Amino acid sequence: MVEIKSVEYAYPGAKAIRFADFKLAGGEHCLLLGESGSGKTTLLHLLGGLLRSQQGTIRIHDTDITQLSESALDHFRGKHLGFVFQRNHLLQALSVRQNLLMAPFLAELPQSEERVNEVLDRLGLLNRKSARVRELSQGQAQRVAIARAVVNKPDVIFADEPTSALDDKNCERVSDLLLSVASEQKATLVVATHDQRLKAKITRQMVLLA
Amino acid sequence: MMNLITLVWSYLKAKPLNTFLNVLLLGLGIAVITVLLVFNQQFQEKIKDNVRGIDLVVGAKGSPLQLILCSIFHVDFPTGNIKLNEAEQLAKNRLVKSVIPLALGDSYQGYRIVGTNRAYTDLYEADLQEGKWWEKDMEVVAGANVAAFARVKVGDRLVSQHGLGADGHAHDQEPMVCTGVLKKTNSVIDNLLFTNVGTVWAVHEEHEEDEHEHDEQPVQHPSPIVPTVNAGDSVKEITSLLVEFRNPMAAIQLPRYINAQTNMQAASPAFETARLFSILGVGADVLMGFAYVLIFISALSIFLALYNSLKERQYDLAIMRSMGASRSRLFVTMLAEGIAMTLMGSVLGLAMGHGVLVLFTWWVKEGSQTGFTAYVFYTSELWILAGSLLLGIVCSLVPAVQAYRTDIHKVLAG
Repeated sequence: MVEIKSVEYAYPGAKAIRFADFKLAGGEHCLLLGESGSGKTTLLHLLGGLLRSQQGTIRIHDTDITQLSESALDHFRGKHLGFVFQRNHLLQALSVRQNLLMAPFLAELPQSEERVNEVLDRLGLLNRKSARVRELSQGQAQRVAIARAVVNKPDVIFADEPTSALDDKNCERVSDLLLSVASEQKATLVVATHDQRLKAKITRQMVLLA
Repeated sequence: MMNLITLVWSYLKAKPLNTFLNVLLLGLGIAVITVLLVFNQQFQEKIKDNVRGIDLVVGAKGSPLQLILCSIFHVDFPTGNIKLNEAEQLAKNRLVKSVIPLALGDSYQGYRIVGTNRAYTDLYEADLQEGKWWEKDMEVVAGANVAAFARVKVGDRLVSQHGLGADGHAHDQEPMVCTGVLKKTNSVIDNLLFTNVGTVWAVHEEHEEDEHEHDEQPVQHPSPIVPTVNAGDSVKEITSLLVEFRNPMAAIQLPRYINAQTNMQAASPAFETARLFSILGVGADVLMGFAYVLIFISALSIFLALYNSLKERQYDLAIMRSMGASRSRLFVTMLAEGIAMTLMGSVLGLAMGHGVLVLFTWWVKEGSQTGFTAYVFYTSELWILAGSLLLGIVCSLVPAVQAYRTDIHKVLAG
């Protein structure tokens, strides 16, 4: 489902980072661990096509995304991938419902109110459906971000430090929900984090060395 | 459903004050332009309409503009009188095709009474609404607005005043009789009353009647201009003569001849109205300049609003990319936001402009009398809409390019 081979990335004026080859089966979850600066986010962005790799192949769902054109990559991302970021980065001008509908709208998939309700219900947010983003608590906002990441039923979900900003109670809840929702959707979950609290939950772990 | 419109609208709504001010500022500029446009257009149309087939106005020496304003638009006082026999001489000139006499000086409730003949009303294709045309002296026909606003009906007996004001000296003569009312023509004749030249003479000669007895003699050789008197009468006077040329040569020769060889002056309606436009045009230009300044400031303000919002929007833009939006889609979204603001501004401006004209025609009596209407749309207003589209694109082009260039990795990793 996710496979990388001899991928390298060099920031301007810095030494190239060489990433170890790996392969994840469909529905398999994986933790990317490492100190800050070790390239966790870089690898995650390369996998998600947010950053173009300079070398090697990245196969996701039988597609080598390094070969896709810019707009084809955008399209691929919308259809097959979901993202959860550290700061939840919801669209502030929109309501919770509109934030969720943005996913199918931008991916050019049919927009379904039922699917939105289903996902919000699953994440315990149905009563916040028409709330403004700034009215949400941190934990709620992160759950909305998860809801938005899964609403298009992606094949792979990438999460970058999804729990670092949360307290223990919210961390527990958010990570449990993330894992169980990913499993229900049969999606592969890749989490980049230095949050020790997640280590016990995802057994497949890759440590990046700076 | 999410679509481009709900997305753009949500972002505009998220900053209501900002959006409102930008739209209002642009709207004010567009409103001023709309008012000027509609006003100017109708004003020019009215003037062209009122000049009709009149090539030249001949009257007493004085201001040519005053002569035109008085004899064609009926908004100024006469420059004086001309002798009927001199007018007859002119009518015989080979360059003149036809003439229409005007005898002014009296009014009824502020509406001017015009002593003339049927050729004048025919010029404006006037039709009777009711009653019949005037024939004898002391019979009058009222224009549509006179009937409507001064409540003149067929059979009414009217006592005229001297001058144009409603408080002018009232003639204590035998009243005139209204024999007919005209249909509305939306031209200057709606505000006039028509009668024979003889009526105007009769009203004014009253005072002199005591001094010398009128010797009622039958008319031997009727004057070609006023058939009720003898040709060559050296006492009778009229205010002015509307002249139609026989050929284009007349436009060059006739005015020169009249101004140099006679005691009368010739004024060209085309030339004098053009002069009037250029005088009024200065004021319109100042207003127009003011409107353009408003529009320029609002365009700058819309640009700044979009440009400044980019910094806080860069996360939103990057997130939208992560959800599958292409670069060009962000570009279009940004453009759409600018266009939405300028389009709302120009629609608001057109509405305000026409609103002001509606109020104008309601409140100002002269507005409705001159046939001004706020309910017309000119193709130039479509140009305003098209121009605002262009303005929106210009304002949002730089922010849209910035949005297009957003480095999502940098923003999201930051």
